Amino acid sequence: MMNWRNDGVAKVTGKAKYADDIKLFDMLHCVPVYSNQIHAEIVEINTDSAQKSSGVVKVITAKDIPGVKKFGQIRKDYALLADDKIRYEGDVIALIVADTLENALQAVAKVSAKYKKLPSVLTTEEASKDKILIHDVYDSNLINHHKVRKGDIVKGFAECDIILEDFYETNFVEHGYLEPESAVCQVRDDGVIEVYGSMQHPFSSRRFTAALLGKKLSEIEVITIPMGGGFGGKDDTAAIVCARTALAAWLCNKPVKMTYTREWSIKESYKRHPYKMNYKIGLKKGKIHALEANIVADGGAYTSVSPWVTWRSTVQCGGPYIIPHVYTDVKAFYTNNVYTGAFRGFGSPQVNFAIEQIVEVLAEKIGLDPITFRKNNMLRQDSITVSQQKLDNHIVSLDQVLDKVIKESNYSDKLTKCSYGKSDDSKLYGIGLAMSYRGCSLGAEGKDFTSAIINVQFDGSILLEVSIHENGQGSETAMINILAKELGLPFSKIRYRRSSTSSIPDGGTTVASRGTLMGGGALMDAIAKLKLIINKVIAPKLSCKPNEIIYQNNLLISPSEKSVTWEEAMSIMYQNCTYPYAFGSFEAPPVTWDEECGAGKAYFTYVYSAQVAEIEIDMKTKKLKVLDIYAVHDIGKAINKGLLSGQIYGGVVQGLGMALKENLIIEDGHIVTDNFHKYRIYRANELPRIHDFVIENPDPNTPSGAKGIGEPALEIISPAIANAIYRATGRRMKKLPMLMEDICKQ
Amino acid sequence: MQAIINRKEIKIKKCDLDKQLLTFIREDLNLTGTKNGCNIGVCGACTVLINNEPQRSCKLKVSDIIDKELLTIEGMSENNDLHPLQKSFLDHDAVQCGFCTPGMVLTAHALLLKNNNPTEAEVRDAIKINLCRCTGYQQIVDSIISAKRFYK
Ligand code: FES
Ligand code: FES
Repeated sequence: MMNWRNDGVAKVTGKAKYADDIKLFDMLHCVPVYSNQIHAEIVEINTDSAQKSSGVVKVITAKDIPGVKKFGQIRKDYALLADDKIRYEGDVIALIVADTLENALQAVAKVSAKYKKLPSVLTTEEASKDKILIHDVYDSNLINHHKVRKGDIVKGFAECDIILEDFYETNFVEHGYLEPESAVCQVRDDGVIEVYGSMQHPFSSRRFTAALLGKKLSEIEVITIPMGGGFGGKDDTAAIVCARTALAAWLCNKPVKMTYTREWSIKESYKRHPYKMNYKIGLKKGKIHALEANIVADGGAYTSVSPWVTWRSTVQCGGPYIIPHVYTDVKAFYTNNVYTGAFRGFGSPQVNFAIEQIVEVLAEKIGLDPITFRKNNMLRQDSITVSQQKLDNHIVSLDQVLDKVIKESNYSDKLTKCSYGKSDDSKLYGIGLAMSYRGCSLGAEGKDFTSAIINVQFDGSILLEVSIHENGQGSETAMINILAKELGLPFSKIRYRRSSTSSIPDGGTTVASRGTLMGGGALMDAIAKLKLIINKVIAPKLSCKPNEIIYQNNLLISPSEKSVTWEEAMSIMYQNCTYPYAFGSFEAPPVTWDEECGAGKAYFTYVYSAQVAEIEIDMKTKKLKVLDIYAVHDIGKAINKGLLSGQIYGGVVQGLGMALKENLIIEDGHIVTDNFHKYRIYRANELPRIHDFVIENPDPNTPSGAKGIGEPALEIISPAIANAIYRATGRRMKKLPMLMEDICKQ
Repeated sequence: MQAIINRKEIKIKKCDLDKQLLTFIREDLNLTGTKNGCNIGVCGACTVLINNEPQRSCKLKVSDIIDKELLTIEGMSENNDLHPLQKSFLDHDAVQCGFCTPGMVLTAHALLLKNNNPTEAEVRDAIKINLCRCTGYQQIVDSIISAKRFYK
């Protein structure tokens, strides 16, 4: 029964109903209207002729919004329907609601608008001058500025015997979830607005929807349904699509569906932040002694979660190394590009791409192999991080993951076989390694708590509900796994209840690889409470003390081996008029942060990872082949090995895409790569097998011992590949994606 | 005019001939297991089998199935019993978000009908027409190879 997931049968048979699969009686269809502008003032929007178009029920513009017009999780700067200004090509100026999708699409071209073009700001250099402001309510294009100030940077560099300066750069990356955004909404007979959407965070969808309609949270019910992938990308945009659909349903008083095309999705949805990173780093007697980093992120037209994404980059800017003197600035700026936000990895893949190459350059400068250099410098038990956190509350296992990946990949032997640009035939071979430490869950980014409900029925069947969202990663299954184990029951007795925002309290978004960790914490709390309730009633029947009962093999057993079956026990509960029902919650252990010097207990625990990539480059055919990937992660505790491996493979492959393939091309603010024929993601025949290994040091800070894996798997593959390319060709690639045409450039 | 859809003969109306096959399957037949991921024939989420060949239904018209056998994911399991290939997908954790799964299962089914002893490379080559953003493909490949014994 290991390989079982609660939504598995529905998904392999095609029965699973995603948002676009839902049809409601008398349902209307809604489509967005874009402006085709990049930066412009809206002078006038004329919807008359669209309104008269065949089948059109309503054309909605900003003036029809009954509630709040602007949204954002941090800064409320995103207009759900643009009314004063266009800030990027994905801004929506109107919604068309019609009886059929065809009729709605027909009317799009009939919306006309007059604009006053404004000069556009397409680079962070331009943005930082503040000559043209993207949002005039703020007096600068600077979204945020995070700092790390540790030690004495001037003195630090003065003491160094080797100083290296380098520049690295990364690109916009598209999430590429296979299911584009979609939502279906209806106004129920009790007045509640019901939302079914492809989204990662039901509670932020509810918040956006309630605010847009000027309603209370209790008047909106967002219901969880299967979702075709998110990877961080179905937070803001997806919530916005839900809110717009709800607006249409409310104004037309009929069920409405809005499903995005791939082109709309790529045009409008936020991307991974492109980074420009200037690093200066100094060694003193072989030890990293000083680090100065100046990092700039393109936030695009809106804030989204840029301040949180870039905050993670501060904590991870120096990699998993001990560095006494640090001076880092991380800034995000508004531009007129597509906005950027949450994406699996969340500000760490970019800095890892830089730092994990830099350490290898440094090692070579002083004639050390990359492993010895890392071991001389890496964080160990009780080490202090760049943000001045002492790692003393969990096992710091960098040495374990590193040793394991070296052994499994046979790294040291293979290192001697690398080509460095020279070979007898056209083929070059290289092996590369990278490692990281990654803070778990939200850290000082935000409030971090979640809840779980166990509702046992009197026939012994169980309804379980946890306020984290199933994104496809199998979080529901992982929760069932935990509950089954703790109660000694088969999975078949547990039904994961499709939760809604009306049935369980807000548990925060399923991001930051926090699902298993936080949800598991709340669930363990609920289990403890449930057992207290049950034990009190059952103990007399078993002639033992309440805390002596053991749950095993569908039985409740006393120390003297007296037992009742689970079903008998629940029937006794019924006779006794006691509900076997428990509500559990979990709050992440406290974290602290001092914004001025970038110091504090940034995260309550860390995941440790090391990965190795082997590649072959054929200079004749100009092809790069990834031969093998080895991934080792200390994830605390594996709840479900199959799902865990799936997260590793999926994360590694997305990381490979970011490293070698995925190139979102923006010309003058317009995204050119508007569908999968131009924006290429990996296909099965282009990939090697991935060898994954987990190390388990159960985390004392989380009730289930689990940490998280979704993001660690992705965050170090691009530097591992870059290091392999260097060892194959002798060339350092400092820009993502690393395309063959650049690798082969003479 | 007719077509055999999931083993049943279905009359096709003349006015439907020019419809996009994907829309016809999802909207007219209500078989929503067939997904739309790109609508331009590159992602494979809309894959169906026509005379046991994987085809992208977003690139076809209803006229392309006249007098042919169409199999959608709903036709893979008879009487609510999972097909061994579907079971194999579950046994190998080859399903995450599940959006690519229907197309993936059908492409794999077509391969195994033709070649019941494929190598890993042959499996990877066959399913290259189906994108998956979640799994990295590895568990999908394993599940297909392991299911080959049911096709002998
Ligand atoms: S929807 Fe047909 S190939 Fe993508
Ligand atoms: S499982 Fe999500 S796209 Fe394949």
